[in-house]
Amino acid sequence: MRGRGGLLGAYAALVYLFLYAPIAILVVFSFNRARQTAVWEGGTTEWYRSLAKNDLILAALKNSLIVGGVATLIATVLGTLVALALGRHTFRGEGFTRQLLYLPVIIPEIVLGAALVTFFGALAFRLSLLTVVIAHVVFCVSYVAIVVRARLAGFDRSLEEAALDLGARPAQTFFRVTLPLLAPGIVAGALLSFTISIDDYVITSFVAGVGSTTLPLQIYSMLKVGVTPEVNAVSTLILAVTVVLIAVAQRLQRRPAEREETS
Amino acid sequence: MRRDRAGVLLALPTWATLGVFFLLPLAILFVVSFARRDTYGGLKPIGDLGAYLASGKFLEHYARSLHPIYLKIFWRSLWMAVVTTLVCLVVSFPAAYYIAVVARARRRPLLLGLVVVPFWTSFLIRTYAWMFILRTEGLVNHALLAAGLVHRPLELLYNDFAVLIGLIYGELPFMILPLYASLEKLDRSLLEASADLGAPRAATLRRVTVPMTMPGIVAGIVLVFVPSLGQFIVSDLLGGAKTILAGNLIQNQFAIARNKPFGAAVAFELTAAVLLLLWAYARYTRRRGEDVLL
Amino acid sequence: MSTVSAVEIRGLTKRFGDVAAVDAVTLDIRAGEFFSLLGPSGCGKTTLLRMIGGFELPTAGSIRIHGEDVTRTAPYGRPVNMVFQHYALFPHLSVGENVAFGMRYHGVPRGDEPRRVAAALALVQLTGYESRRPDQLSGGQRQRVALARALALEPEVLLLDEPLGALDQKLRKEVQVQLKQLQRSLGITFVFVTHDQEEALTMSDRIAVMNRGRVEQLDEAARVFERPATEFVATFMGASNFFDVFVRGGDAASVSIELPGGAAARLPREGREWNAGERLRFVVRPEKLDLRTHDLSTRGVPSVPVTVEDRVYQGVGTVWLVRGPGGEAFSVYEQNERPDEGARFAAGARAFLCFRTRDAILLSTAGDR
Repeated sequence: MRGRGGLLGAYAALVYLFLYAPIAILVVFSFNRARQTAVWEGGTTEWYRSLAKNDLILAALKNSLIVGGVATLIATVLGTLVALALGRHTFRGEGFTRQLLYLPVIIPEIVLGAALVTFFGALAFRLSLLTVVIAHVVFCVSYVAIVVRARLAGFDRSLEEAALDLGARPAQTFFRVTLPLLAPGIVAGALLSFTISIDDYVITSFVAGVGSTTLPLQIYSMLKVGVTPEVNAVSTLILAVTVVLIAVAQRLQRRPAEREETS
Repeated sequence: MRRDRAGVLLALPTWATLGVFFLLPLAILFVVSFARRDTYGGLKPIGDLGAYLASGKFLEHYARSLHPIYLKIFWRSLWMAVVTTLVCLVVSFPAAYYIAVVARARRRPLLLGLVVVPFWTSFLIRTYAWMFILRTEGLVNHALLAAGLVHRPLELLYNDFAVLIGLIYGELPFMILPLYASLEKLDRSLLEASADLGAPRAATLRRVTVPMTMPGIVAGIVLVFVPSLGQFIVSDLLGGAKTILAGNLIQNQFAIARNKPFGAAVAFELTAAVLLLLWAYARYTRRRGEDVLL
Repeated sequence: MSTVSAVEIRGLTKRFGDVAAVDAVTLDIRAGEFFSLLGPSGCGKTTLLRMIGGFELPTAGSIRIHGEDVTRTAPYGRPVNMVFQHYALFPHLSVGENVAFGMRYHGVPRGDEPRRVAAALALVQLTGYESRRPDQLSGGQRQRVALARALALEPEVLLLDEPLGALDQKLRKEVQVQLKQLQRSLGITFVFVTHDQEEALTMSDRIAVMNRGRVEQLDEAARVFERPATEFVATFMGASNFFDVFVRGGDAASVSIELPGGAAARLPREGREWNAGERLRFVVRPEKLDLRTHDLSTRGVPSVPVTVEDRVYQGVGTVWLVRGPGGEAFSVYEQNERPDEGARFAAGARAFLCFRTRDAILLSTAGDR
């Protein structure tokens, strides 16, 4: 066992290296003084400082935060409600709802983007931050619903029964028991939704209008012109933020039962 | 549990939102794929609908998509998606096996977390990282020049190989995670029983491990193959104008060529391919009775 | 113990699709008694309890608690509380908050809550545990918190759904005694669900043995054990030696029968009608059978000739596996009173199965029910 484990372990280490080396290189070179070459010429935070003065990037960042925030808020409310419907009720159209939620995740992004831009065009809807928010809500609802639904599935029904048994009415049970226990799932869903929203390029590129450029769109247009250290710097910042968000979401998604197992 | 109205009320906002902003747009796109375009990229009004339908002109864009130029693009999308899926599967399985079965239980959350992070981090930035590494002034060329292996920088970017690397790199976590989920559920005593019954390791792998984790393998294949087929960013950034995939073709019709009906037709061909695949997957999971993916 | 009914169940039925989980059950639970619903898994005992608690709505029938019809009342409107199988302690609340959870709905002034919580915890010997989290407690402690939480509301009837199932054997035995003592001192009606016959016997005043959604027998604990009414109850209570015999005749007090092997015997009639020529089935518990080398029929002791097949040493006792003249399988349990001296009977040896007539339990036949 030992020998095989060692060999497999070394192999797994290589896979991790493959996953992380490109990202690590990006991060390291965001501190490189050289503007053009891939040669290390000493450390600097110059590119980060120049980011802070780059109005285009700042404007795009602001747009991304607005879109991510608003879309996440709406998607979290919708997604949580529909997850409750699926996890706690039997109703007409349940199967349809399930499929409806998986479709936006499954359909190629490019198709969704094309469909939305055609739709907005047909309605003579001006492309703006609003159309971007709408597009993001469409694909974020599913992620929130899936995460919250998973949390509900691991939820001990008898806790709600116990609350009813102790005299709490259904609404009181929801606010004193269901919601607090569901909260980590909802927050995790919201964090993931936010992460996806601020990362999205393909769909946004279709539905963004003049003045509603988001950060990925801005980065993309910079890439098309040429690789610059500022792109490395802004990429590093985005990576840092997503890693933190993901770590928090992961921690929250762990069910309380898993923590109890040791006791 | 009886049917109740609360479920409908809770689902209603999502039905409305996805109905108006998802299903309706798809329906409109579908209709547009049968329409005529005018010179400026808009749609040309159709006078006599009956005559238009009778003329068979409404299928013009679908017919056009069968032109060899486009078939070549579809073919490239297909084989690149297939190669990406196969390479991801072969690379991921031993790694997932290590995380789920061999590694110590205490280290498992960390190892898993290290796969989850790239799963969620920006696909754009992860693709850009390869652009940074492979470009003419990039790290690889610099190392090769410094080592004296080449005298001129190699053109590593803007070819099929670069696109494949980007696809494999981008999709790898989407293969490892479902494989892990399946392997983690595998009862270890089954492996021990197989060994106890005299099966060599390779036979245990072939006769026990792989069949038992088939749901994870199939889920991983779907999770990697479907996005690869509709890929846009990787081919645009790493393939440039040389390696065009179906995704770029669609995007071009909307952004540059301004031929929405044709773009819509290709989009629906792509969607049909994806849905067909998922339909097959749904049938498979129904038969197996377990579903790692959804 | 009064004979006032705490819970009156009439014709209660619960169907899940085509299956009747509970099938037209009628029974009365007396105020202040320790009442057990006993049966194998899937017999409907938990569904019955959940209908009393209000978690399942019956398909037909009615439930009254202290005279009030609660058949369709929501759980929060019933004067009963439940101790759940896996305790259902709220993981996001402390022990104290768990116990106080229902008080605000039962008109307890906020100021009184800490005192009442402390009193409830004292009842289960967990004084001072208010600020602990459920996940910091042992299984036994959690079970006691669940009990305190339910008792803190002073319910008229306490429902317990296999609350000891998750505890280990030794702890279970202790808790059984404590729970029984607690019930006696509080005088609250306990309705206890279990699949463990020993547990039911240890704690209960009366037991309803359930099978396939029906009550097979409702009796005092000792009578269920000693006088099982049906074959199912007898088997479930561990009595496994069935004798199928023909009735030859009898008088007012007894029936005369022919035992396998031909010997005659007279069994107490127990007020039931048996006619000559009818088939009759009775059962004798393994520990009430005696394996002898000689036929005792001549001395008036019912004896059946058997062949010894095997012997199972169990430490405290020995079980003999034997076969009757018609190939019937019997098991005989005997206490190991002396150090083990090896087998009294070799495999294949001839022996006689003897029992006292008063230990023969006459069972209802299928048509009798």
